[in-house]
Amino acid sequence: MIKRPKPQKFRLRRTMMFMNAQKPGLIKDAYIYGADSIILDLEDAVAENQKDAARFSLYQALQNVDYGDTEVIVRINGLDTPHWQEDIRCVVAGGADGIRIAKCESAQDVLTVEEHVLAAEREFGVEEGRTLLMAALESPKGILNAYEIVTASDRMFGCAISGGDFRKSMHVQIEEGGIEMLSARGQMLLAARAAGVQCFDTMFPYLDDTEGFQAEVIQNRKMGFDGKSVINPKQIRFVHETFAPTPKEIAYAEKLVRSFNEQAESGVGVYTVDGKMVDIPFFEDARRVIALAKACGVYKGDL
Amino acid sequence: MKNAVNREIPEELLKDGKEVYQGKYYMDGKYIKRDSPKTRRYVKPQSSKLCSSIRKACERCGAHDGMTVSFHSEFREGDYVASMVAKVLVEEMGLKDITIAATSLGNAQDLIADYIEQGKVIGIQTSGVRGRIGEVISAGKLATPAIIRSHGGRPRAVEAGEVHIDIAFLAASTSDCWGNAKGVGGKNNCGSMGFAIHDSHYADHTVIITDTLVDFPNRPSSISAENVDCVCVVDSIGDATKIATKEARVTENPRELMMAEHAAEVIAATPYFTDGFSFQTGAGGPSLAVNRFIEKRMVEKGIKMSFALGGVTSAVCQLLDKGLVGAILDTQDFDMGAIKHLAEHPKHHEISMSEYANPANKGAYVNQLDFVVLSALEIDVDFNVNVITGSDGILRGAPGGHPDTAAGSKCCIIVTPLTRGRMATVCDEVVTVTTPGDCVDILVTDYGIAVNPLRNDLAQCLDAAGIEHVTIEWLRDKAYSLVGTPDALEWEDQVVAVVEARDGTLLDVVRKIRPLQLDG
Repeated sequence: MIKRPKPQKFRLRRTMMFMNAQKPGLIKDAYIYGADSIILDLEDAVAENQKDAARFSLYQALQNVDYGDTEVIVRINGLDTPHWQEDIRCVVAGGADGIRIAKCESAQDVLTVEEHVLAAEREFGVEEGRTLLMAALESPKGILNAYEIVTASDRMFGCAISGGDFRKSMHVQIEEGGIEMLSARGQMLLAARAAGVQCFDTMFPYLDDTEGFQAEVIQNRKMGFDGKSVINPKQIRFVHETFAPTPKEIAYAEKLVRSFNEQAESGVGVYTVDGKMVDIPFFEDARRVIALAKACGVYKGDL
Repeated sequence: MKNAVNREIPEELLKDGKEVYQGKYYMDGKYIKRDSPKTRRYVKPQSSKLCSSIRKACERCGAHDGMTVSFHSEFREGDYVASMVAKVLVEEMGLKDITIAATSLGNAQDLIADYIEQGKVIGIQTSGVRGRIGEVISAGKLATPAIIRSHGGRPRAVEAGEVHIDIAFLAASTSDCWGNAKGVGGKNNCGSMGFAIHDSHYADHTVIITDTLVDFPNRPSSISAENVDCVCVVDSIGDATKIATKEARVTENPRELMMAEHAAEVIAATPYFTDGFSFQTGAGGPSLAVNRFIEKRMVEKGIKMSFALGGVTSAVCQLLDKGLVGAILDTQDFDMGAIKHLAEHPKHHEISMSEYANPANKGAYVNQLDFVVLSALEIDVDFNVNVITGSDGILRGAPGGHPDTAAGSKCCIIVTPLTRGRMATVCDEVVTVTTPGDCVDILVTDYGIAVNPLRNDLAQCLDAAGIEHVTIEWLRDKAYSLVGTPDALEWEDQVVAVVEARDGTLLDVVRKIRPLQLDG
């Protein structure tokens, strides 16, 4: 039996790769592709009459496959289905790191899931509070309630927009440039940052449209997302490269941190670096960039 | 006696100058007296070399009991000719004690398995054995042990006189009535006839078998009429759909793509990845995909490949068309695009198997190779590779140019998934050694990369490039932890096949498999 270490609420989650929990061939070693997190899906990927089989396969995988450092999240069925309660028992008993709440629309949804997670943790002797939560926002209502959703529980590490359902409810299609989801993405990002949790963009469904995919990933980074859902291993590398700080950003951050250490000793608060005025928040951000660069494995300096 | 890859070679095989394998350069610098064919003189003018039937050609070439005949395998699974000729020899002419020396044998030659079982065919010398022939040999039904040679080892053995071909029956896509023959321009095209050329030089007799007779002179030709005794025209020499695919497609399998990308990273991290480097890949899933990933890196670095070697696919041809490859040296073609390209492009050259890989000539092209990317059925912790026997011990593979390119190249990369089904690919000891570990440099699997400890220089290159690698023992342990440690195979004493190293020394033997007995 594999014993997974206690999940970290805040960690690197540039990519969260979806895969059908019912497919042993896929989930047996999904970690080899290097996604930061994998999401084993009990919801849309699994046919209605196969939910039990998928839970069985999921439980065996959680118990027997060593996923190492890769985070293992399970997407459970929506709260409007007859499946989600049993899904939660299976996830907690198996020892997954967290649950992705599908179609989350309110703080109450989170509280309902949390209540059942806690009950399952007690039932199976799992450390209380171990199982993390994230919310998938799939409707206008979910987006409008984003802040109350992500602040509803201490277990909540972030939220993601789910583009398929969201676009349908808004009567829009995927557009070049992403204007159809611009305000939703923006609003969700604001809520997540205000609550101090992470924020993830939806998956890009056209596997052969490399240009469209890359444009969306670059936009995701510019908007401030922490990561993105992916549906195929070949999407991982570009997301990781794009979300890693650039050599230029790292060099500037290093310069800021070093100069701050020097200036702080001589009692200076505000000064200029490369002709630009900088103060405390800049250094905090510079430290974040260095930490992210380290986590992404692209930092070669000595800070 | 144990050889340099720790395999026990039975003493009875060490006769007539046969030695055990003693390292990849053991024969370097030694001299060899080349064998020569006994050829018939055609002084009196004749209007044509056409024969009305294969049987007539056989009779004219003095077909007899106990002879050795050869076939080439450029038509792969689509080949009709080997079976057609074997049937004439055995069923029409009633000949026996025949030895078949083919460049490879597979499902298309299943009929020959019957002749082995009947005792009509008593010897098999080949690079590959697949299908029923492999099964009957493994069952101990061939009168003498089969001899497995690499693509380079075969012309070496022919030149050394270790196999003397009485009649070479060479399928050709087109021929004129005089025997100028090639692999393009006909109804069933194979492209390069590099596997056949050397036989036409060393066989006592050569018979061309074609389904497309063209006007004289069919030039430029792969096989020259000066070496041809007879030409036979048949309805069809093969099944075009099984000779070559329309286009060897790059895999969509994410696992294979990932391994290919890692192999390309490894290549780019070595000092050999500079302008003018040379490269060979096969047509297997990951190795074909490596093409695409190194293209990207060549463009980024602004470098070109001087030549691509060996088996050719459209993917390599497209690189040449884009100006990224200087020349293609082609031994065989895997798809229609490559066949067409060979016929049309002046920098796409057909080469013989001997030019390609023979370790006993004055320097085969494999010795000029920087990189080769190969697959493996198994690889052990000493980096020995098996590509001939399955996990059940049955012959079902082909070394082909594997041992030759591995030995000749500066950097030999094996790409293979860590497990296949329930079988561990990385293991303690391979069933059969076909490529010795001293020729293999880097292993890329889906679970990690390992560098042969003999190549610490390459390990340092990977470190410098930030490419993580592990020991091969770590990969073996991982494989066994996933699928379990297999029990050893059980063998009878009878040797059913001998695996020759490319230099002619003995690398390994394959014994008859002992049928599984269930307890109780």
